[in-house]
Amino acid sequence: MISESLVWLIFFAPLASFVLIGLVIWPLAYARPSTTGRDLLGDSAGYLTVAAVGLSFVISIAALFSTISSHGHIEYPARSWLEVGAFQLNIGILMDPLTAVMLVVVSGVSLMVQIYSIGYMSEEGNRPFARYFAYMSLFTASMIGLVLASNIIQLFVFWELVGLCSYLLIGFWFTRPSAANAAKKAFIVTRIGDFGFLLGILYLFFQQDALSALGLNGLDIPDLYAALETGAIAGGVAAWIAAGVFAGAVGKSGQFPLHTWLPDAMEGPTPVSALIHAATMVTAGVFLVARFFPLFQASGEMMTVVALVGGFTAIFAASMGLVMNDVKRVLAYSTVSQLGYMMLALGVGAYAFAIFHLFTHAFFKALLFLGSGSVNHASGTFDMRFMGGLRRFMPWTYYTFLIGSLALAGVFPLAGFWSKDEILASAFHAGSAVGYLVYALGLTAAFMTAFYMFRALFMTFEGEFRGGADAEAKESEDPDSLHLGHVNLRESPRVMVAPMAVLAVLAVIAGFVFNPLTSLGVVPIHWFTHFMGEGPVAVEIPDFDIILAIVSTAVALAGIFTAYKMYYRREWSAEAMGERFRSAYTVLSAKYYFDELYEDILVRRLFYGGVARALDWGDKNVIDRIANIVGWLGVNVGGALRQLQTGHIQQYGAAISIGILIIMGLYLWFL
Amino acid sequence: MFNGWLTLAVFLPIGAALLIALLGSSAARVKVFAAIASLAELVIALAIFLSYDTSEGAERYQLIDRVAGWIPVETFEVQYFLAVDGLSAPLVLLTGLLGLVAVYASWSVEHRAREYFVWLLALQGAVMGVFTSLDFLMFFLFWELELIPMFFLISIWGSGRREYSAMKFLIFTILGSAFMLVGILILFFTVGSFDMTQMPALVRQFSGAIPALPVFALLFAAFAVKLPIWPLHTWLPDAHTDAPTAASVMLAGVLLKMGAYGMFRIGEMFPDVLRDVSWLLACAGVVNILYGAAVVLRQTDMKRLIAFSSISHMGFVVLGLSSAVGAAGAVSPVGLTGASLQMFTHGAITGLLFLLVGYVYERAHTRHIPDLGGLAGRMPLLAAAMLVAGLASLGLPSTAGFVSEIHVFLGTFPVWGWLTALGAFGVVLTAGYILWMLQRVMLGPLNPRFADLRDATPLELVPVAALVIAIMVVGIFPATITDVFSTGIQPIVEALQLDLALGRQ
Repeated sequence: MISESLVWLIFFAPLASFVLIGLVIWPLAYARPSTTGRDLLGDSAGYLTVAAVGLSFVISIAALFSTISSHGHIEYPARSWLEVGAFQLNIGILMDPLTAVMLVVVSGVSLMVQIYSIGYMSEEGNRPFARYFAYMSLFTASMIGLVLASNIIQLFVFWELVGLCSYLLIGFWFTRPSAANAAKKAFIVTRIGDFGFLLGILYLFFQQDALSALGLNGLDIPDLYAALETGAIAGGVAAWIAAGVFAGAVGKSGQFPLHTWLPDAMEGPTPVSALIHAATMVTAGVFLVARFFPLFQASGEMMTVVALVGGFTAIFAASMGLVMNDVKRVLAYSTVSQLGYMMLALGVGAYAFAIFHLFTHAFFKALLFLGSGSVNHASGTFDMRFMGGLRRFMPWTYYTFLIGSLALAGVFPLAGFWSKDEILASAFHAGSAVGYLVYALGLTAAFMTAFYMFRALFMTFEGEFRGGADAEAKESEDPDSLHLGHVNLRESPRVMVAPMAVLAVLAVIAGFVFNPLTSLGVVPIHWFTHFMGEGPVAVEIPDFDIILAIVSTAVALAGIFTAYKMYYRREWSAEAMGERFRSAYTVLSAKYYFDELYEDILVRRLFYGGVARALDWGDKNVIDRIANIVGWLGVNVGGALRQLQTGHIQQYGAAISIGILIIMGLYLWFL
Repeated sequence: MFNGWLTLAVFLPIGAALLIALLGSSAARVKVFAAIASLAELVIALAIFLSYDTSEGAERYQLIDRVAGWIPVETFEVQYFLAVDGLSAPLVLLTGLLGLVAVYASWSVEHRAREYFVWLLALQGAVMGVFTSLDFLMFFLFWELELIPMFFLISIWGSGRREYSAMKFLIFTILGSAFMLVGILILFFTVGSFDMTQMPALVRQFSGAIPALPVFALLFAAFAVKLPIWPLHTWLPDAHTDAPTAASVMLAGVLLKMGAYGMFRIGEMFPDVLRDVSWLLACAGVVNILYGAAVVLRQTDMKRLIAFSSISHMGFVVLGLSSAVGAAGAVSPVGLTGASLQMFTHGAITGLLFLLVGYVYERAHTRHIPDLGGLAGRMPLLAAAMLVAGLASLGLPSTAGFVSEIHVFLGTFPVWGWLTALGAFGVVLTAGYILWMLQRVMLGPLNPRFADLRDATPLELVPVAALVIAIMVVGIFPATITDVFSTGIQPIVEALQLDLALGRQ
């Protein structure tokens, strides 16, 4: 069994890297007179990060095997973080199959992305280079802290910290107004979800009196499981807590209606998009629902809500992906859509498959993002209208991108096939109306997924090269605002290609750990599902449904075929389609006008221009004015009263005489 | 008993101020002298904080300096009585910390520098006196004493409408103090003592004779102005905007805490009244939080913006205090601890924010947000510090702001339910205005007008680092300070619990 301190090291290694870069390397770089150019000092930040994350990855593998051999359960003691009276807040490690798998995903993808980043960020000077890797180290540490957490407040701490890193990295090129805006938007929109999460935590804490009678601390996640098992938390209560938790998940995973931040988050450097906004942080929402899955199981309504939100997001986001011209935005909507799949799976009770899809998606979506970054280095742009024909110049990028696309589209036998197919089958076999509905949504989204992915592939790699950044700059009115790179048509360096190759291999083989067909020696049949079943959630193992598998594969192939006809052979005109469905195309391109609704109408007009403006006006013109009137009264009443004290003896004498007369009169009157 | 530590803590700054005033010297020497004095004061404050014994069975009031019959008039029993408990010890530390920050933040003051440092040090001593005095009359004296230096600091070294703001500050506070004096005197003439440590027991003993609600209201009025509770807040944005940086640091950092601190003290004396009015406190807290946060959004002056954010954040103190009414037959210490911790964290965070705004103003000569922009490229160290302060202000975990806010929420949700939820929405608004400010000031393209601004000097970084460390230590190891605060809260909780147990639900 792996020791507790070794598991903590998974977290502390990248944290130490962050501290070292932040307190030593960056200040040293800062002290240099020149602000541009890079030397060994800056490079060391990259190497340090890779080494630290590499160490985390190795221990994570060890932790996974240790968890497997311990049958999915290793217990570590809870440690007190703070105490106030009877209230105790603990921190600790929760090591179960979910944690073990997440650790490997997070540290593994992070390692690949860090290596790639050394190449991708090579044009940055010492200072930004060090800053970049400091943020990346902090992110990796926080994300690992998030999956290790055994207490809901501890989890919330890291939940917010990954959000911070996302903010910092989206806004990495902070002199660009668009990046600064996107960073702010990401933080605030996810914080609306976090507000719900916070309320869920508060409502859970509200139950503490009942739980402490049983010797349980509801904030400790294992105790929460125990409380749910014994029924100490009733279904109705669980539903409210689950609703709060789900609100947090909706924000972080970009689910409808808090999806608007994720596409804008593409303003960050591409490896950031790969790691944070595709493979790990955005999947934290799915992880969160999985972590508190017993809460959701205890309330049927919330399961339905999760399934419907997930199913709707899957198709809603995919539809916007159909018309985007920016390759990263296509991938961003695809990510939102795939996260919807995972939510959908959780909602229909397919716990293990949701995690499995998270696992496979992390590899191929990170791969696709890294591919788009590689393409950007060659063409200088992300706009696919100015790409084309890149296959000849960058075969490695092309083939790995192809593998990623096939995996995402769900083509047999790649990783995406197994996970997506099982999710759809579970929805279908749920047997409920909701199940059939989300099955239909998911299946339609599968067609769209295959279509937009191969549309992107063909637009990027096939046909003739359409000029890249140079052509785009010519067409644009304000090329400076686009932050275009240079056209440099050749394959990316090895330091970038190698991580893509590794991820491509994983995108092919990762599906086999799932293995629904027959025992493969090292990997027994239904291995992944069995393993997940050793956690706190009981898992059913359905039979492999060959009919549904054929249906979903056929749908995926149909999507690919449509894209082939439209964007490769150009036999079906995309322009004619666009003309014919002009209004639909406009709505999709405008992202259903959600940005306008939220930012323009709700925030700018209603809140900033309405509520806040009225209060500010009232503060100046009502409250402050009252204060000034009171002050004015004080001065003037004082002035009036001053007339009573003039110092003239005669007046005093008169007043005294009148006073005495009045008193005497009153005395006589009442006598 | 006379330990001398607290007397030293109170009179070292005052003595240093007198020395500067009497001996006089060049501005440079005065600054160095003031810096040494404030550093020594911080060391003493830290020693007081660290020496406070939180173990079970330890005395509640420690480091007692007590001289009976300080003012030897027959009927008056005014003592010289200084001591700290778990509530005041962290505030002593905060005052020491911000005193040092204030002196460093004043390094560029050249106009009548000698006089300036006299007032600044006197101010620190007076605040120290407020937090450590346990005789009501002495408490009142220090409370009033603090006004004079602050009045001069704003009206002489301020900017904008400084005379107006200084006078407004003075009138509001003195009006409050007048009520407080009446309250204190009524208390004295009923129970015959000014001793704040005896007061809870005495008030219980004479409960039939004391008009509890009016006395509580009189005292509370003074604290509510100081905190400030909406709608008594209008002096605050003006005072902050026009005050020099160091005065803003002290004003937001420690002077507002005097109001909150007073509320805790009278809460222990009148637990029944506190419980009766706690619904009002809960509403006031939520109004402060949301009103402040909404009005912040419209501000374009950085100092005014932070001033309104102070109103919002001090709302958390009031909200936490409102958990005093208890729920399900018990009063939980969590909300009250959160409220007391919020005093400390808000002091450190807002002190840092005002300090940084002061630095930006010294360089850019403007605080008008639309004029700024892209400063991070020119001054990455200051930008990083501003980021830390901003994130702490919006309650990011791993900073002090989170620890106090989560305590307030956890403590008040079981009592006030949806009202707390409403207040918790403040975290979203805070994120909004803080990040928007950071974006408009620090991010985006650099205004060419600011192309040759320089970053912070090492000397300027000293107070920044001190506050950042304080914010992070409390955020990551909160037990270092919550243990002390919860010791201080415990007797108050017991008093409330007793009142609750008497069958007054």
